[in-house]
Amino acid sequence: MRPLVYRRAASLAEAERLLAEHPAATLLAGGMTLIPTLKLRLARPSHVVDIARLAELRGIDGKDGRLTVGAATTHAEVAGAVAVRRAIPALAELAAGIGDPQVRNAGTLGGSVANNDPAADYPAAVLALDATIETNRRTIPAAEFLVGMFATALAPGEIVLRVGFAMPERAAYRKFAHPASGYAMAGVFVAEHRDGVRVAVTGAGPGAFRWREAEAALAKRFNAGSLAGLEPDASGLNADIHASAEYRANLAGVMARRAVAAIQ
Amino acid sequence: MAKVAMTVNGKAVALELEDRTLLVDALRDALGLTGTHVGCDSTQCGCCTVHLDGRSVKSCSMLAPQADGRAILTIEGLAGIEGPGSGDALHPVQQAFTECHALQCGFCTPGMIMAAAGLLAENPAPTEEEIVHALEGNLCRCTGYVNIVSAVQRAAELMRG
Repeated sequence: MRPLVYRRAASLAEAERLLAEHPAATLLAGGMTLIPTLKLRLARPSHVVDIARLAELRGIDGKDGRLTVGAATTHAEVAGAVAVRRAIPALAELAAGIGDPQVRNAGTLGGSVANNDPAADYPAAVLALDATIETNRRTIPAAEFLVGMFATALAPGEIVLRVGFAMPERAAYRKFAHPASGYAMAGVFVAEHRDGVRVAVTGAGPGAFRWREAEAALAKRFNAGSLAGLEPDASGLNADIHASAEYRANLAGVMARRAVAAIQ
Repeated sequence: MAKVAMTVNGKAVALELEDRTLLVDALRDALGLTGTHVGCDSTQCGCCTVHLDGRSVKSCSMLAPQADGRAILTIEGLAGIEGPGSGDALHPVQQAFTECHALQCGFCTPGMIMAAAGLLAENPAPTEEEIVHALEGNLCRCTGYVNIVSAVQRAAELMRG
């Protein structure tokens, strides 16, 4: 790891000031992506600004059909929170399946969303649960927030404060995790809302995406059978030593049917 | 340089370290607590597992300054938390690992024990499936998982008394 300066922000205002003063600074929350990245020297920030303990990034609140979760909430906290399990059990289940227990005790919702790893679990949830990402400057709909592989709409100096999820009527997430890394080779979040069905796929493409064909099929009849033979178009999906694009497309279809079967 | 004040195995320590120092290196090099191992150094193997405010974390993937103001428990301090002046006494998880032959080369053992202790603190009576799920972040390259899972079940019995 290259030398760097560690600063723990005592308040959101101080974090904003540190980012403004040091253009090559980066934010640190759980560090489950950042620290390994620093160790590989894939990132060379001058400063890391630790925002993990900021009160402004804490708290879980459900009202008016939406569940709001603070960005510094760890995956373990999301998995265990009664408010999450009551409002969106599928989201708690998703969080309980991220990485391993040690990673879940450190990694945060905000960090995962801001990193937008194409194989991360949360991006599927934010799309399927019509989420909004609230920053220190604005509120961004998930579809506009997730720009592409490891890319988001966040501007320099912008900090994710919390994520607001629409509470669905019912929902489920199923993934096929790579047996060694645990990352999703394909993960599918299916959510039935009062105004329609949303199906979001992660792990299979360069970024999480909504699978409209599956949404239309489930809108007609919410049943795993409605998805029989359906799979997303393989063109544009990821291909690597672990799986071809066609294999991932097939996995996405299987995971979608499993998710629907889990809740129908 | 960063000033890091934390509690390690019940004792207050104050260190002055390079900002980029990993928590595991602070424990091993600055404090001489070499029971916490560095295996893969990439968040995979869990050999470096310690407890941070009571929850298991991988100390190779955390900067020491992130632990400022927090309480760290390492394998060296584990027995001490079960009672005063426990001296050479073993923590029930250590005792169970001994009884069940849950180690071969022993390199992963401190991390396995800390992860298992973290599980049992939250779930005193885990099923076999829950134990396997809870140890997903710990690799045993000797592949001695069967006895490790048995040891966690035995430790749960010992802790229930």
